[in-house]
Amino acid sequence: MEDQPKFPDLTDAERRALEELLPDEMSEIITSGIKRRHFLKLITYTGTGLLATHLLGIEQLMARSTAVAPLPPTVIENGVNVSFQVNGSAQQLLVDSRMTLLDALRERMDLTGSKKGCDHGQCGACTVIVDGRRVLSCLTLAATCEDKEVTTIEGLADGDKLHPMQAAFIKHDGFQCGYCTPGQICSAVALMSEAKNGEASYVTSNVREAGRPMELSEEEIRERMSGNICRCGAYPNIVDAIREVHGDKAVAQVWQFADGTI
Amino acid sequence: MSETGKPISRIDGRLKVTGKATYAAEFNQPNMAYAFPVRATIAKGLIVSIDDAAAKKEPGVLSVISYKNAFRLKPMDMQAQMKAGAAFLGENLLPLQENKVHYLGQFIAVVVAETYEQARTAAYKLKIRYTEEKAATDLKSELPKAKKPKMFMGEEAQVNEGKTAAPLAASAHQVNHSYSTPVEHHHPMEPHATVAVWDSTDKLTLYDATQGVGMTSAIAAYFLGLQSENVRVVAPYVGGGFGSKGLWLHTLLVAIAAKAVGRPVKLALTRQMMQTNVGHRAATIQHVALGADTAGKLGAVRHHTDTYNNLTTFFEPSGKQSLVLYQAPVREVTYNVTTLNRGTPTFMRAPGETPGTFALESAMDEMAYELKMDPVEFRIANHTAKDPMKGHDFSSDSLVDCYRIGAERFGWSARSMEPGQQRKGKYLIGYGMATATYPGGRSAASVKVTMTANGEVTVRTASIDIGTGTYTVLAQTVADALGVPVDRIDVKIGDSSLPAAPLAGGSQTTASIHPAAMEACVLLRKELAALAIADPSSKLNGRRLDEISYADGKLVITGEEKKSDAYADIMKRAKRTEMEACATTQPVSGPGMTVPSALCTPRETPPEQNSDIKQYAFHSFGAQFAEVWVDQDFGTIRVKRFTSVQDVGRIMNEKTARSQIIGGVIFGIGAALMEATEYDKRWGNPVTRTLADYHVPVNLDVPPIDVHFIGKPDPHISPIGARGIGEIGITGVSAAIANAVFNATGKRLRDLPLTPDKLV
Amino acid sequence: MRPFKYSNAADPAAAITAISVNADAKFLGGGTNLLDLMKEDVMHPSELVNITRLKYADIEKTSNGILIGGTATNAFTANHERVRKQYPLLTMAILAGASAQIRNMATNAGNLNQRTRCSYFYDVNMPCNKRTPGSGCGALKGLNRNHAIFGWSEKCVAVYPSDMAVALAALDAVVHVEAGNQEKRTIAFADFHRLPGSTPQIDNNLKHGELITSIELPENDFAAHSYYLKVRERSSYAFALVSVAAAMSLDGSRIRDIRIALGGVAHKPWRATAAEKLLVGKEATMANFKVAAAAELKNARPLEHNKYKVKMAGDAIVRALSNAMNGVGYGMNAGLEAGV
Repeated sequence: MEDQPKFPDLTDAERRALEELLPDEMSEIITSGIKRRHFLKLITYTGTGLLATHLLGIEQLMARSTAVAPLPPTVIENGVNVSFQVNGSAQQLLVDSRMTLLDALRERMDLTGSKKGCDHGQCGACTVIVDGRRVLSCLTLAATCEDKEVTTIEGLADGDKLHPMQAAFIKHDGFQCGYCTPGQICSAVALMSEAKNGEASYVTSNVREAGRPMELSEEEIRERMSGNICRCGAYPNIVDAIREVHGDKAVAQVWQFADGTI
Repeated sequence: MSETGKPISRIDGRLKVTGKATYAAEFNQPNMAYAFPVRATIAKGLIVSIDDAAAKKEPGVLSVISYKNAFRLKPMDMQAQMKAGAAFLGENLLPLQENKVHYLGQFIAVVVAETYEQARTAAYKLKIRYTEEKAATDLKSELPKAKKPKMFMGEEAQVNEGKTAAPLAASAHQVNHSYSTPVEHHHPMEPHATVAVWDSTDKLTLYDATQGVGMTSAIAAYFLGLQSENVRVVAPYVGGGFGSKGLWLHTLLVAIAAKAVGRPVKLALTRQMMQTNVGHRAATIQHVALGADTAGKLGAVRHHTDTYNNLTTFFEPSGKQSLVLYQAPVREVTYNVTTLNRGTPTFMRAPGETPGTFALESAMDEMAYELKMDPVEFRIANHTAKDPMKGHDFSSDSLVDCYRIGAERFGWSARSMEPGQQRKGKYLIGYGMATATYPGGRSAASVKVTMTANGEVTVRTASIDIGTGTYTVLAQTVADALGVPVDRIDVKIGDSSLPAAPLAGGSQTTASIHPAAMEACVLLRKELAALAIADPSSKLNGRRLDEISYADGKLVITGEEKKSDAYADIMKRAKRTEMEACATTQPVSGPGMTVPSALCTPRETPPEQNSDIKQYAFHSFGAQFAEVWVDQDFGTIRVKRFTSVQDVGRIMNEKTARSQIIGGVIFGIGAALMEATEYDKRWGNPVTRTLADYHVPVNLDVPPIDVHFIGKPDPHISPIGARGIGEIGITGVSAAIANAVFNATGKRLRDLPLTPDKLV
Repeated sequence: MRPFKYSNAADPAAAITAISVNADAKFLGGGTNLLDLMKEDVMHPSELVNITRLKYADIEKTSNGILIGGTATNAFTANHERVRKQYPLLTMAILAGASAQIRNMATNAGNLNQRTRCSYFYDVNMPCNKRTPGSGCGALKGLNRNHAIFGWSEKCVAVYPSDMAVALAALDAVVHVEAGNQEKRTIAFADFHRLPGSTPQIDNNLKHGELITSIELPENDFAAHSYYLKVRERSSYAFALVSVAAAMSLDGSRIRDIRIALGGVAHKPWRATAAEKLLVGKEATMANFKVAAAAELKNARPLEHNKYKVKMAGDAIVRALSNAMNGVGYGMNAGLEAGV
């Protein structure tokens, strides 16, 4: 994985958490590296509200494994070397030919945002974006990803700034348990470009009218999101979130937001 | 209460939309191995031999474990398990302890290997021979062997048997039909998974997809022969449960596997295993008879259920709502339960009421037609404000409002009583409605609240958020109880080392843990007040406790706004960096399981704050309204719109509460239109094996859903006034849809799901 | 998944050679069905050759129609301007299948090689002559609600699951294949898939080592009057109970030419030739559509649990023909609001 001399004693997961969660001024406090125990202390005593809401996330990352050690090559059968881009950074992996992209992300690259819901292309929880198109990482062999650009849920936000689709999902409560959510969001993000390309769906009234950017009706959004199952039943809220990002100003919520909370 | 009720966004939302919320299978460990279980391919019999030679030769294989070489667990002993809080297993069966097969798919061996691919491949290579016995695989043919259970979870199972025969026969109007519901599976999006880490020979950590960390810890500790405080169960995020995430064999299986190989081991179930190994809602055949007089008053209600169990005494209690709804002088609820060799029936979202309201509320619709009464008016005419069996008042009673408001919002008056009158092109359009109900449960719970001198507050309890919003609403309650903003509150749940809380089941989490959280805040404020009162430099010095109130992170003398002292100042002067309080509360009456709360001093909720002194019947109620469009040729049904009006007590967060009801309605749409697991009776195997065959609703199946809450706090269940909300949303939905289909087509369908083949 | 050797084919010849020399080797396209079956242990090739980087991913105009690349994805094909304008039936059929994600992965060649979704085929512990010849057919006397009403045998009652192929059958597509030594041949679509007979393990007439390079669609004048109708148990992301590809050309109200194919009813896309014969040259009226549908369904042989399919298929033929007659854009695809 990449070297970041800034916080040499932290695990990758911790460092990422720190980088994402600490505003700039906090980074300045840390001058020459940070020790693990300082990190814990820091997040315990720091007074910012931002951090408070994220403490839980950090604590979880702390409870997890450190960076996953590379497997000894002896246990990899029919090994295939793959070089590809994941969320903008170059990755090189030696994988068992059987390993799916989903398992490579989750078991080898510490990117557990993409979820395994059915492992057979029947639920959409593993949806990632490969070369600009939404695909199922559970039915994609990692070996086939040579030279491809993979974007996962972890790659959508710009630092602290959420992707508009992520923000809209929070605002419209487009999830409950959160397990299908990364797949839903990746799917919805790719859907925006499909609409821009004028791609049709089964509910498009006249498929012969090809080529121009489409304004998606609710029915169109529902059909096009039907490859992402949500068992908690957040579908209407997911549709609202997508409508908002798609530019439908009319997306009203049923609640008053007296405090401006999203 | 300024935060409670507000539709704030989930405080865990950011983690969930960025992929950083971590579920059980994602707690990867250094040097972790992978387990893949092997399932029985017969429904009943004995394992004669297991040939693992080929499997062991596979690359990367570390161990093959079966009943022959598995670690011996402490045997089942219900009395001792009860004492240890370890009685509540999904199935009363232990993994790999004997060679007996009770159902097809039962875990009978496990392969542990370096990688997932290797474990799975080696698992294919086990050669297992059985002696097969004749299995019971079909409900109808096994019914002659059925028994009448005396009890169901501590309640009489057979109520007034035979007592409705005479009043029914004497009724001017009778409806008497059979309704059937299929096997349904929970299928939460996150498959069950466990990562087991032996920290030492007597200390275990389980990262487990569970609805109850305390329960899982107690059970695992009991059978592994460990102290329960030495089994830490961690589940900060759980990808849905719906009743399926109790303790099943795989959790113990992975602990055995990790012990055998001396390394952390991960085991995640496949979706196919979710169809056989983690419970289901059993099929029911329900016989409902109603009798009414010429004025439309019900005289008798009879509800008999035929169903089955396996490996536990649990059966689908589909007569429950028939003991609660409507004013009828005589009611009879009975069960016949046989045993089948298929995975164990268990709790699934609104166990009982989901299939039960389909039968009862369909029968109510049939009776309304028989009487030529509007179905809403028929229900209102038979409304009861008291629990008909116990005679107690319901703790809150707004069901008639639910009907009226629902009818208004839905536009019920546009319905034509005569079926088949409304059409658009090829579609027949119909309206239907039904009553929703679910008990309001509350259990004992403990919550610890900690405050630092910097004003950061942490709330700790061993509760779970399976998507219900526990994190968020708990922060809102504590924000109000301390007068601090929500964003200063950190909620820690999903860890058995935290103060005990009930499992996330039975729609009881909010009603149980919030009173304890509130009480802990009261204790904390009292302690702060005591410091201030004793401190000469405080403006509160020497005042009485009952003069002191709180707001905005300060204690204030009531009516004298300028006389205040900030929590932070009080703590700093007292040289305290951190203060904490822990409270255990429990319902004075009403239902509820008691949870051992060793970590906190139990505190009875003061009677003046909890008017649940005399007995009340705790139930939530609602009204469900559906419009369906039925394709006249193909029999395909689309729900065009849906209105759900619910009386569930106080709403803790309008946004997450609405989501819960929408989710329940969608689960109900699935049950109504498509969900069914079918078994081939020759072998006892589910023919619906995956999400390709077991259809759950997709986005296009779901219409706009209008949700309205009555929102009146329940003054009796707790000082919080909220009852649970996770289950009531599904109840009545399939009946509302089936009733709408009748209104559209004139065809009465009494067998779920309403697939096109039944209407063609 | 059992271990397998993996390679990336540099060119078609290399791919074909690699497969030809190993009877257990398979081409890997989108993998959406093959990996699914490998995870179920239904299929266990010892070698996979990735062909998705070969140059068969485009759509070309020919003198007499178009050639659709074998490794082009379903999504690319459905949305290609020429396909949408000239062969909207194919676009509608592809879009009726699977999900957006799967259509982005699945290749056209792979679509033709899809295997049945029969649950007895997928469950390696159940008898299935298609998976394990001689083991019996679990569905014949089992739960066969989703199974065939035409062309089945005692050995196999499974149906072929593709939507795309139903449109290709209606459009008289021709499958272009390449074998070793650059040998090329074409297979008429009607001859591509097989009925189960006594060898249900053989889905189609492709030989081992033959690579589908493209699918040819001859020119037609059906573009204005095409419709793909799919009836399923939920509104999306489900296999067909019954589907109908219908296309016609009209002289005024008279049917000049017509094509009808059914999905979800047989071991291959079921071309409704009896119905077609009755309708050519006739007036496009509901009454005539009904007569033709009845004639087609007269020969149906339903199983214990799928009698509903006979009526459903008849009604589906009538509905699809009526929607096609009314022109692309008319019908169920327009959503519930239209009510048609």
